[in-house]
Amino acid sequence: MGLPLMIKRSSNNNDNKNNVVELSRVAVSDTHGEDSPYFAGWKAYDENPYDETHNPSGVIQMGLAENQVSFDLLETYLEKKNPEGSMWGSKGAPGFRENALFQDYHGLKTFRQAMASFMEQIRGGKSRFDPDRIVLTAGATAANELLTFILADPNDALLVPTPYYPGFDRDLRWRTGVKIVPIHCDSSNNFQITPEALESAYQTACGANIRVRGVLITNPSNPLGATVQKKVLEDLLDFCVRKNIHLVSDEIYSGSVFHASEFTSVAEIVENIDDVSVKERVHIVYSLSKDLGLPGFRVGTIYSYNDNVVKTARRMSSFTLVSSQTQHMLASMLSDVEFTEKYIRINRERLRRRYETIVEGLKKAGIECLKGNAGLFCWMNLGFLLEKKTKDGELQLWDVILKELKLNISPGTSCHCSEFGWFRVCFANMSENTLEIALMRIHEFMDRRRKF
Amino acid sequence: MRLIVPLRGVIQGRGGLFVGSLIPCCLFYFLQLYLKGRRPPPSDPTELPRTSSRSNLFSRGNSIGRVRVSSRAVPVAKPPDSPYYIGLERVKTDPYDRITNTDGIIQLGLAESTLCFDLLQRWMSENLMESIMQSGDGEFDISSIAMYKPFEGLLELRVAFADFMSRIMGGKVSFDPSKMVITAGGTPAIEVLAFCLADHGNAFLIPTPYYPGFERDIKFRTGVELIPVHCRSSDNFTVTVSALEQAFNQARKRGSKVSGILFSNPSNPVGNILSRETLHDILKFAQEKNIHVIYDEIFAGSVYGEKEFVSMAEIADSGDVDKSRVHIIYALSKDLSIPGFRAGVIYSFHEDVVSAAKKLMRFSSVSVPVQRILISLLSDVRFIEEYMTAHRQRIRDKHVRFVEGLKQLGIPCAESGGGLYCWVDMSSLLTSYSEKGELELFEKLLTVAKINATPGTACFCIEPGWFRCCFTALADEDIPVIMDRIRQLAESIRS
Repeated sequence: MGLPLMIKRSSNNNDNKNNVVELSRVAVSDTHGEDSPYFAGWKAYDENPYDETHNPSGVIQMGLAENQVSFDLLETYLEKKNPEGSMWGSKGAPGFRENALFQDYHGLKTFRQAMASFMEQIRGGKSRFDPDRIVLTAGATAANELLTFILADPNDALLVPTPYYPGFDRDLRWRTGVKIVPIHCDSSNNFQITPEALESAYQTACGANIRVRGVLITNPSNPLGATVQKKVLEDLLDFCVRKNIHLVSDEIYSGSVFHASEFTSVAEIVENIDDVSVKERVHIVYSLSKDLGLPGFRVGTIYSYNDNVVKTARRMSSFTLVSSQTQHMLASMLSDVEFTEKYIRINRERLRRRYETIVEGLKKAGIECLKGNAGLFCWMNLGFLLEKKTKDGELQLWDVILKELKLNISPGTSCHCSEFGWFRVCFANMSENTLEIALMRIHEFMDRRRKF
Repeated sequence: MRLIVPLRGVIQGRGGLFVGSLIPCCLFYFLQLYLKGRRPPPSDPTELPRTSSRSNLFSRGNSIGRVRVSSRAVPVAKPPDSPYYIGLERVKTDPYDRITNTDGIIQLGLAESTLCFDLLQRWMSENLMESIMQSGDGEFDISSIAMYKPFEGLLELRVAFADFMSRIMGGKVSFDPSKMVITAGGTPAIEVLAFCLADHGNAFLIPTPYYPGFERDIKFRTGVELIPVHCRSSDNFTVTVSALEQAFNQARKRGSKVSGILFSNPSNPVGNILSRETLHDILKFAQEKNIHVIYDEIFAGSVYGEKEFVSMAEIADSGDVDKSRVHIIYALSKDLSIPGFRAGVIYSFHEDVVSAAKKLMRFSSVSVPVQRILISLLSDVRFIEEYMTAHRQRIRDKHVRFVEGLKQLGIPCAESGGGLYCWVDMSSLLTSYSEKGELELFEKLLTVAKINATPGTACFCIEPGWFRCCFTALADEDIPVIMDRIRQLAESIRS
């Protein structure tokens, strides 16, 4: 991961006038992970970004999970509903006074109600969300970090199934001092979490004298692009109850499941449980960055069934508040049930079609993907192309793909995958044309390889 | 073993050895029996008492302990014990309204200004839409506000902020956008700096009295301690280098590692402005001790007195001291009256601090549409000039009225030249010249006079009787009401 940045540290006496002033461990640590390949590819993209017209041979960014497929729906809605700025502009200004001063960490009630309603719709009404259990944060990144601060002390651990979103290494560990102990999953069962893997991870932590405070899953999974099965969720909750630990479910891709019926939220599992001691260990993270394609708005939320966690999270959210202006702008849109129903439905459909395009395209090139049903990416298996089935082998291939094909995709090792050769490929942050170009480059590459 | 040896002294020989070994064994055995008897049966919960129904789809037949939060989370949820927060909460239960609730509690405990809202409202009504929607041809392109942008803030915003800050600080210093990181308010700005400059268990020196919010902002999650450096009314609560030196040495003796000093300038709650010489001396002191200086300049645009405000950035730029230890926080919450927007700044001369802070902004960044509004607002030079002139003028006027009103009651204020409040000496109303007396007066002010003013204890002031009164959310007609209520309370106390 790169050497930690070395800063000359002064002696305790503070008598040497020529000393450079010291920074904290947090400041000099490399836990931010920005030296890893996951981010190195982004740099390559920044230096030579693909553009359909101006730079058709540039690097195509397939490492960023951003959803641009449904922007037109948002634009049309806003143009219709916002004539002369009635919602987002001048006519919204009479509310300005309240917005300008309002910095209450409870958040606007109307906005919380809108979020609760939206989250219910995504889950097809199979679970209810109480607006008073919603805590707003400036993005899901902040929500995950905040929850980690609340649920675990420094040197405690969260169990996280592999492969996982590379950002967790930073978000869950950097300032919190909390460790991640991986729950190893593999392709033999489509990377689903097994009770054996859970127990093994737990024992690994215990063996190292590390106290486990919870399990954190992403459902649907990033980078797998697949939902977690209901039975697995039930086993997970059972495990957490037995070990008396927390269960955090990051469901930021819940609205991006291609077929709504295939998604089971942990909320559905606890919906009919009355026992507070079971329920209060469950926490859900959500955000508008993926499903609604609004990462720039920085809107995330923690939904907790634990009163104490809600109260604590709310107070701590002072460090990561959502601007009242942003809340105001989104509240009416998210409460417009007719719009959100249509948006969710069409967004799912478009993502499904994109997924099918890319998976079919890859198949024609001789490349298989994990069977996925959600998200903004697919989990591609290039293991058969590796000269050596090792981390280096995988990174070599990744480098070839970046430099020769000019495609930035995310290597499985940066997601801590225990099998080599898997790559996450994002498909929703580009036009259909660009996706075709990317597939063409892959085809050409595979053709060239076959010739040798 | 400890039991055996003395017993050997009592009972001689092998008998002693036998008894000496037997007794501890017996004791141990009985102790185990005792503990076993006390241990609750497995089916009972071992931790907190359960409060809800037991119908349990996940029953394993055994106990399910209540799951715990981290030890650092525990103090966060506790009910507030600082009068600063208690006062704020009480106002919410019965807030004064000059039409609908004339008997309510008047809020003097929140440093916010509504004096220039009319100007802001006008600007928003004329400009809000274009600033968010962006394009002149009327077509809205959502990607300009929807997509991921650098977490440290758009370059245009940093440029606009740099220009704005320079303007409100009298144009004598320029700010470099590349040293700036935009944060979701002043609160995350100070926390992120604390995370970058000090390890868990290290400390910042901080002159008293200080803003009560720092207790949370700095201590909640970073584990950094605050060591007070007491200032006195005899110096108008201005910190001296000798006081800093003393506090630093005492901290070192106790084994505390001081990483930096935190100041607010203009100071909160007193409202005084540090002179150029003092700023210079403090920087030299920090250099000598090889520590950081953090300046919270959040009220820099709210200077109404005669004294010139000098930013630490200007002193740092003057060249003869190592600048990399200088860090400044700013936010739009006070000067521009838009705390709800959540927009603050970390400005640091240390490259690695800027770099670390940029990466940490993923946890506290400003939404892109709001950044677009702010770019428009802060770049509207004509408006900003008009606004700042009016803002200062109106604070000055209100300050004069408020302080004069108190003077009529025989209640003096500390000399102040900035901020949205004044530092009031109510010691003449104390029944006992002590913290207890002050808190009693705070309670009387809340319940009898129905005024929420922040007592000096909440700000860690070492002299009892001082109260911070924020006056910039008051209309002129509210002031006589306040003075009347204080007068009545004073009369009842003095009689």
